[in-house]
Amino acid sequence: MSLLELRKVTKRYGEGATEVLAVQDVDLTVEGGQLVAVMGPSGSGKSTLLSIAGTLEEPTSGEINIGGAPVSAMSQNEKARLRRRSIGYVFQDFNLLGGLTAAENVSLPLELDGTPAKKARAGAMMALQSLDIAERASHYPDELSGGERQRVAIARAIVGDRRLLLADEPSGALDSLNGDAVMRLILAACKRGVAAVVVTHDAQLASWADKVVFIRDGRVVDQTVPPPSPESLLAQPPARR
Amino acid sequence: MSVRHALLALLSEGPKYGLQLRQEFEATTADVWPLNIGQVYTTLQRLERDGLVESDGSSGEGSQNIFRITPPGEQELTRWLHAPTDMTPPPRDELVIKILSALRVPGVDVQDVVQAHRRYVVELMQQWTHLKEDDTDFDLSFALVVDAELSRLDSLVRWLDSASSRLKRASVEPPVQSPGPRLRRRVVVRR
Repeated sequence: MSLLELRKVTKRYGEGATEVLAVQDVDLTVEGGQLVAVMGPSGSGKSTLLSIAGTLEEPTSGEINIGGAPVSAMSQNEKARLRRRSIGYVFQDFNLLGGLTAAENVSLPLELDGTPAKKARAGAMMALQSLDIAERASHYPDELSGGERQRVAIARAIVGDRRLLLADEPSGALDSLNGDAVMRLILAACKRGVAAVVVTHDAQLASWADKVVFIRDGRVVDQTVPPPSPESLLAQPPARR
Repeated sequence: MSVRHALLALLSEGPKYGLQLRQEFEATTADVWPLNIGQVYTTLQRLERDGLVESDGSSGEGSQNIFRITPPGEQELTRWLHAPTDMTPPPRDELVIKILSALRVPGVDVQDVVQAHRRYVVELMQQWTHLKEDDTDFDLSFALVVDAELSRLDSLVRWLDSASSRLKRASVEPPVQSPGPRLRRRVVVRR
């Protein structure tokens, strides 16, 4: 079953002469375990598409199914619950709360959803451990490096039983090795069954995805086909010593 | 790719046989650039002729000879390592020529041409990235080669992206005709 399905999604801002079609007739399906990158230049509509997929914005027309359930049939409360329980978000600037420790930042979505503090804290520690950053749990965001802050942000996005991970330029201003580390973490979450969508203008980040969808002027214009074996790149298979 | 200097670099560690040099060259470049044994011996003969390596020559046949770097060879290696690789004039890049040519062909949507190449390059990048997915099984030479290739391909995507933006802008704002003679700028390279 597809974890995320967008059908003929359109988002229009303004009316008449000031009308802007940010997203037009987009179809997108993401299965559990799949990492899909949406690649396009600034202003191409990719961030709007991600907000719609995460139920943060409503489309002007079209359908969204998350975990097989149509979002259009949900009340505002049901959508809020879906966001708290099933969807994790990773933002370019991490969006960690400066007054909370790493562990408190990660346990917050669980606590907001009514999980008792002790259980939420245990869930947060598990997520931090899976990202090898548990030893920094009691540190505040300004005591962490950029790479560490992004690990905490990813831990917060996958804590509990979140099945859909949505990331907007997740490597932020990190250098390419730290960007690789971020994508490895997202890929590891996918291997555990999470469906992930990463929007980016960066081809190196996008190249981690199983499928890259190209968006231009709000429309999906193309997508990659599953690549052949990487060994075909080389005159002979790489030595693994 | 300078096989000549790569062999000098391997010989700077100590005397080696030709076959050993071939194996070590391939290992150093993570097997991405396989090397013909004939090319190794031809290169060694030229290096010997130029006084940059010497062999004991005891067995006559190249395969049994041990080669060692000479002091002029060491000087040449140091010079090569520190000399910037000549990147002028710009290479005659087929991708760039293709996009420029597409501008002249009636009925061709240049954005479609750009996208076809962008997709192909990103697909290649997916394959290279897949090779580095598991970093526990990843040696330094191989990591450097994969990074180099990904950076090269990434620069092509960046150029295609900027070409796409320029094309879009040009289609909205037609170019203004210059009143005077066109200024031709030449890239002058100081040697």
